[in-house]
Amino acid sequence: MSAAITPSHRPSWRQNLAHALTATVLTAVVVTPIFGLHLERAGVRTVIAQNWGNVAWACLLVFIVQMLRPMVTGRGLRLPWPKLPAIPARQRGVWITAALLLAVIWPFFAGRNAVDIATLAMIYVMLGLGLNVVVGFAGLLDLGFVGFYAVGAYTYALLFHWAGWSFWEALPLAGAASALFGFVLGFPVLRLRGDYLAIVTLGFGEIIRLLLVNLTSFTGGPDGISGLPKPSVFGLELARSPSVEGATTFHQFFGLEFNSMHMVIFLYLMALLLAVVTLAISNRLIRMPIGRAWEALREDEIACRSLGLNPMKIKLSAFTLGAMFAGFGGAFFAARQGIVNPESFTFIESALILAIVVLGGMGSQIGVILAAVLLTALPEVAREFAEYRMLIFGLVMILMMIWRPQGLLPMQRHHVEVK
Amino acid sequence: MAGSNNSFLQVEGLSMRFGGLLAVDGIAFDVKEREIFAIIGPNGAGKTTVFNCISGFYRPTTGNIRLQGQDIAGQGSHAVALHGLVRTFQNVRLFKHMTALENLLVAQHRHLSTNLLSGLFKTRGYRKSEEKALQNALHWLDYMGLREFANREAGNLAYGHQRRLEIARCMVTKPRVLMLDEPAAGLNPQEKKDLQGLIEKLRQEYGVAVLLIEHDMSLVMGVSERILVMEYGRPIALGTPDAIQKDERVIKAYLGEE
Repeated sequence: MSAAITPSHRPSWRQNLAHALTATVLTAVVVTPIFGLHLERAGVRTVIAQNWGNVAWACLLVFIVQMLRPMVTGRGLRLPWPKLPAIPARQRGVWITAALLLAVIWPFFAGRNAVDIATLAMIYVMLGLGLNVVVGFAGLLDLGFVGFYAVGAYTYALLFHWAGWSFWEALPLAGAASALFGFVLGFPVLRLRGDYLAIVTLGFGEIIRLLLVNLTSFTGGPDGISGLPKPSVFGLELARSPSVEGATTFHQFFGLEFNSMHMVIFLYLMALLLAVVTLAISNRLIRMPIGRAWEALREDEIACRSLGLNPMKIKLSAFTLGAMFAGFGGAFFAARQGIVNPESFTFIESALILAIVVLGGMGSQIGVILAAVLLTALPEVAREFAEYRMLIFGLVMILMMIWRPQGLLPMQRHHVEVK
Repeated sequence: MAGSNNSFLQVEGLSMRFGGLLAVDGIAFDVKEREIFAIIGPNGAGKTTVFNCISGFYRPTTGNIRLQGQDIAGQGSHAVALHGLVRTFQNVRLFKHMTALENLLVAQHRHLSTNLLSGLFKTRGYRKSEEKALQNALHWLDYMGLREFANREAGNLAYGHQRRLEIARCMVTKPRVLMLDEPAAGLNPQEKKDLQGLIEKLRQEYGVAVLLIEHDMSLVMGVSERILVMEYGRPIALGTPDAIQKDERVIKAYLGEE
């Protein structure tokens, strides 16, 4: 009688052993090509170096963990998850101001490397927030986001190369060009649903990259375009000596010693500015009629149509705006690197940006920012694991999808409230 | 075009073919201004197919659908809605994760200032249009007795309330023809009675014509002025509730032959 009542989910030790052995064998199969066998050159011959110790350790670890697992699971072991404390609206302004101030002041006391990484993180914050408009708000799966990023970067590069435009002149045009590409691509493509849209956008990203590789005379082919000037500070160059005879540079104007750190900090602050502007705009958008329409469309397209909302127009607006943010990000990226080539715009880049949005929590802006910072900063901090970067990345994705499919900080809808 | 001056919505020779299946054939009727018109028939008779054709979700194989003389057949559902034909669904289709209030705001999308820049900078015109939409939404929440649920997610409302909210969501768009697809399904007897009162009130106070699909006979007979009966995709009778109740073919269709 009691046996029927007590929940005995715990498997017998025999089952458990079989399970653990299976897991161990699988581990051996997976780990052997990664850790166990290495190709090494000995003189003219290539030999396979064997290193079974690593494999044995991995198998042992998996075996022990699997054997111990039944003792851990089933006891309601739930990882506590971060949840944003409910900050009253009045305090929120104070917190945001404080965070912004910190973000502005911080680089002046930090090392060059840290600021550089932070700049990269800000670019990804901007890209993540841009894609969040498309994927998170409007629910359109876009696997070719990097295409728009590339359009933005090359717009600046080409305008500089062929017409000598400066960064500031090219920036608005880079955004506009990407938005135009988004619009033109979106027009035929947004009739498609879910998976089909994903495939077409994936194709679009590759087409852009292949065009850039193959239009050698125009885009420089695989070598890309180099020597792009960095942005200036209201017309003042951040360089040791002016590139044009008779012009003043930043440090001369302010009577400072020349310090290459100025440039690094300036780039960071610009990236921060662009990211904050992107955040502010997308934050406004979601509270506007168009934002509500995106959410409604994500929930039920048929109901939307029955109410006279044109799904095409609404999707197109999300797609175009998302592309525009990518365009700004691309132009800034080009200016920061000083060189653009198609290598920077491969599919893996799209995947990374999408991972940022999904990990952060689709639609959640604060989550996207957090995920962007984590995914760009962590690989830099943990340099010694660089070889296993993609392995760890994949693992994190799998674990997240199992335990936390809604993302780090799931979207909390902003509601229109009435008394 | 006899009678077209007071017939509001006109359907002629409507048929809809899905591959080899002729789902609907030879449907013709007209709805007059402020009329309450019902379509009834056994399950699978093609009532919802007719609805989908009129509301633009299907492009009819043949036939004309005219709203005040203007042909709207095959225009696409959102375009039809913009002409003032707005519908509800058999299985309620609310935006479940949005609040009741937000459902009503989204529905007013086309009446709103949707200029991006004016929204980003919160211009006066934008704030005015948002305020107007909010007032309109609140009015309809009050009207439907849903005010206390304004901030609740639509998916969490009681079923009866969801049905009312869906009707409210149609009404905020200021429709000319309100199309209700089985609005009484799943309601309790009291709610059904309220629904009848509501339909009559909407017609009287807002001047909408109502096109209704319904299985609940007491509701249909009580509220409609004319009824179209369908069986196997074809019309078998059209007339007033009294005439329909006495029609032999209708009785046969519902009760079977002896």
